[in-house]
Amino acid sequence: MLARLASQRFLEIRQAFRQSSQAYRSFSTALNYHLDTPDNNPELPWEFSEANKAKVKEILSHYPSNYKQSAVIPLLDLAQQQHGGWLPVSAMNAVAKVIEVAPIRVYEVATFYSMFNRSKVGKYHLLVCGTTPCMIRGSREIEEALLNHLGVKRNEVTSDGLFSVGEMECMGCCVNAPMITVADYSNGSEGYTYNYFEDVTPKRVVEIVEMLRRGEKPPHGTQNPKRIKCGPEGGNTTLLTDPKPPPCRDLDAC
Amino acid sequence: MGLGSLASRTLTSSRILSSQYSRFRPIVTKPGLQSPDASSAAAAAAQPEPTPPPPRKPVGGARVELTNPDDTIEVFVDGFPVKIPKGMTVLQACEIAGVDIPRFCYHSRLSIAGNCRMCLVEVEKSPKPVASCAMPALPGMKIKTDTALAKKAREGVMEFLLMNHPLDCPICDQGGECDLQDQSMAFGSDRGRFTEMKRSVVDKNLGPLVKTVMTRCIQCTRCVRFATEVAGVQDLGMLGRGSGEEIGTYVEKLMTSELSGNVIDICPVGALTSKPFAFKARNWELKGTETIDVTDAVGSNIRIDSRGPEVMRIIPRLNEDINEEWISDKTRFCYDGLKRQRLNDPMIRDANGRFKAVSWRDALAVVAEVALKVKPEEIVGVAGKLSDAESMMALKDLLNNMGSNNVWCEGTGTNPNADLRYRYLMNSSIAGLEKADVFLLVGTQPRVEAAMVNARIRKTVRASNAKVGYIGPPTDFNYDCQHLGTGPQTILEIAEGRHPFSSAIANAKNPAIIVGAGLFERDDKDAIFAAVEAIAKKGNVIRPDWNGFNVLLLNASQAAALDLGLVPESSNSIDSAKFLYLMGADDLNLDKVPADAFVVYQGHHGDRSVYRANVILPSAAFSEKEGTYENTEGCTQQTLPAVPTVGDARDDWKIIRALSEVAGIRLPYDTLAAIRSRMSTVAPNLLRTDEKELAAFGPTLSPDCTQKIDSTPFKAAVENFYMTDSITRASKIMAQCSAMLLKK
Repeated sequence: MLARLASQRFLEIRQAFRQSSQAYRSFSTALNYHLDTPDNNPELPWEFSEANKAKVKEILSHYPSNYKQSAVIPLLDLAQQQHGGWLPVSAMNAVAKVIEVAPIRVYEVATFYSMFNRSKVGKYHLLVCGTTPCMIRGSREIEEALLNHLGVKRNEVTSDGLFSVGEMECMGCCVNAPMITVADYSNGSEGYTYNYFEDVTPKRVVEIVEMLRRGEKPPHGTQNPKRIKCGPEGGNTTLLTDPKPPPCRDLDAC
Repeated sequence: MGLGSLASRTLTSSRILSSQYSRFRPIVTKPGLQSPDASSAAAAAAQPEPTPPPPRKPVGGARVELTNPDDTIEVFVDGFPVKIPKGMTVLQACEIAGVDIPRFCYHSRLSIAGNCRMCLVEVEKSPKPVASCAMPALPGMKIKTDTALAKKAREGVMEFLLMNHPLDCPICDQGGECDLQDQSMAFGSDRGRFTEMKRSVVDKNLGPLVKTVMTRCIQCTRCVRFATEVAGVQDLGMLGRGSGEEIGTYVEKLMTSELSGNVIDICPVGALTSKPFAFKARNWELKGTETIDVTDAVGSNIRIDSRGPEVMRIIPRLNEDINEEWISDKTRFCYDGLKRQRLNDPMIRDANGRFKAVSWRDALAVVAEVALKVKPEEIVGVAGKLSDAESMMALKDLLNNMGSNNVWCEGTGTNPNADLRYRYLMNSSIAGLEKADVFLLVGTQPRVEAAMVNARIRKTVRASNAKVGYIGPPTDFNYDCQHLGTGPQTILEIAEGRHPFSSAIANAKNPAIIVGAGLFERDDKDAIFAAVEAIAKKGNVIRPDWNGFNVLLLNASQAAALDLGLVPESSNSIDSAKFLYLMGADDLNLDKVPADAFVVYQGHHGDRSVYRANVILPSAAFSEKEGTYENTEGCTQQTLPAVPTVGDARDDWKIIRALSEVAGIRLPYDTLAAIRSRMSTVAPNLLRTDEKELAAFGPTLSPDCTQKIDSTPFKAAVENFYMTDSITRASKIMAQCSAMLLKK
């Protein structure tokens, strides 16, 4: 009887661990093959917009003319911004034509990087950092708050098409953990912004979402009013003056 | 494939040796036992200088060509010095030294990837083991392949590879010929430590030929590199990253390349296997017969794997000069046509028009009777696409003895000219095409006519950026090709120097012109050949050291037919024929045959011509007979019988010999050797197997041509790549391929 209880408890513990490992797959869109849907299939025409065509030329000028394929990542990024945060197959084919490679080479790059979304995301794609420093400061609660508030699961888009939540790797704001990033695709590639919102709390993050929903621009950076950038609350206690120059040895001594 | 024998040799050789000697130990007296003086003499003589270690032979009996004797460097492999050309990798150096290093992603004909890490060896003074497939061998390098470090590295890599590999051996087709199985037995550790969940991958649909079980894939990327480099279709790629990597086409795309079946050979595990061969047989129950493919004029070397009377599969054999290690899909998958629509009994059409099976005696008697009643000028014989040289010799002899000289082979046109051999052979030879730097393709689509020649052209274009110009109907090529024009007008323009491509030919070091045999069917073919020869003369294409004038033939039998002199007397003898002997000729236009003509069809499949035949004589297909075939470059090769013939079928030449006996005009040969010696009196090169007989004379002897060129544009000679002769037309796999894989 005790053995049964013990084994049941074991199972529960294992299940708790297994859930977190199952979630590892949902970085961006996890399928490494394409399924045709009415709004994402190779027959749909896709072109860079006129303004973006100029940007494409500018991007291509950064690389030697016989190595156009080096421009694949910036061009895919531009295409993603133009299409509202995700890359349909026809956009990847268009980029392939610009850099003069076979489309499969572009698909290889797009599936390698998790920041290239190959399925629909919301106009505001909210990315929650889930790495250890943020996690121990409560990023799991931030994510839970977002998912509950929006009523979606990870990588799912809300029904009004405005928000989607994804997990990101460390974005370098460990001093201001936990943090989220908002990739703003609502104004196409001209109005594209990628802003960090740091020191968030579950309450604050919901406020940010509602501000975005109303079309306002919440202030990015640290959300803790008492901090300045990554300094401590109440102002800096170090680095108050210019740094001391290093001691210079006596050059005339020898 | 080679490592399997290595592993079995290491495992079984010691066993055999010990069992042999335990059962039977010979008792032999030694000189030392015979007398005391002899023993001391033996002792004194027993201190010879240590015998030098036996010289190392390269792996697989390979021949090493030191192209530049001044450029060789010396490295030490396991203590043995070997001389290698500069630029070779450590793995190649070890191969020359006779050490076979295990590998998965390295393939001698593909670019180096270096991602499997199985080839790690220890190199002195190197802090870590070195990927020998990628590391260039430097002079004086000391390479050690059997140290503890190398062995541990191999065991570790093998353990990693097996971690996510499914336990599919019992249901995997590659079992028995699997590189992973063989190398894990030879180089892996005996136990694994993986207790987690293995990942699985969705299977991709690559078409009716290649079966994919992508969970078994070890991501060696050999198929990706093959498709990009050799086949020229960039369809496959490595998607995703880390353990979630998948090989696929991303979008649902079938592998339409004509070389797609070769990925089956290349894949070291059972991820890509042959769909028609799935679950049919294990490789150890198959008997391999080394023979030649006849579906096109290239004569690719194949091995027919058969189990009993059934051909189970066809795989390529290595032949550096002709097909390297590849074969086209048609060659590989036509074998199931050998089992359908076969003629197995002689048949005579009775008064109602239905065929009735009869005995050989009756069939031959009927044919002989009619043949003797007909006037000689009304007898016509046509050899088919797949006929071997012996049967064509017998047919010509028979018809000549009956007084007719209207024998020809399908595909050589109505007015073939067999006087000058250079006019119907690939004079640069297929391997020689690699030296060319400009190609002019006239009226030929090598991709569908001879896929191996196309692979060779692509190899040359990739290696040396050769320019290719093409004249003919628009087709796609898997290399950069300029479409110069569609008809004979373009040839005239180039010949006169008016076309921009003429300067390319003039400036080329080794220009190659390839003319398609589809032009033989045209009435103005002499004029076209004269124009092409003018281009050749102007561009210095035919020289003592380089002959770039090539004709790409369409059928396996054309070259031998023209060598044997199967040239008809008149070009429209069919119209007045009363006795028509079709020896496997299915692509002949039989509309003009008079209604009262007596047609005898001797072949192995009930294909098109059977419908008009009056008598059917069943014969053996290429996999069932020993026949001589000459390929488009003039290389004579022989097929060997892999399976017995179907029903009551016989060899072609034997049928004709029997017919000659019954008709009273007995032919003078009874055995294969006898008919071959008869062939040698006509074309002695047909007896010299695996040797190329180059054309003796060049265009200086060709007669002047007064024909006018007809400006109709060139037609495609092969419309459906997958169905070109009676075997492929009877094949279900080929039907599936032409339904699904042809570009619409």
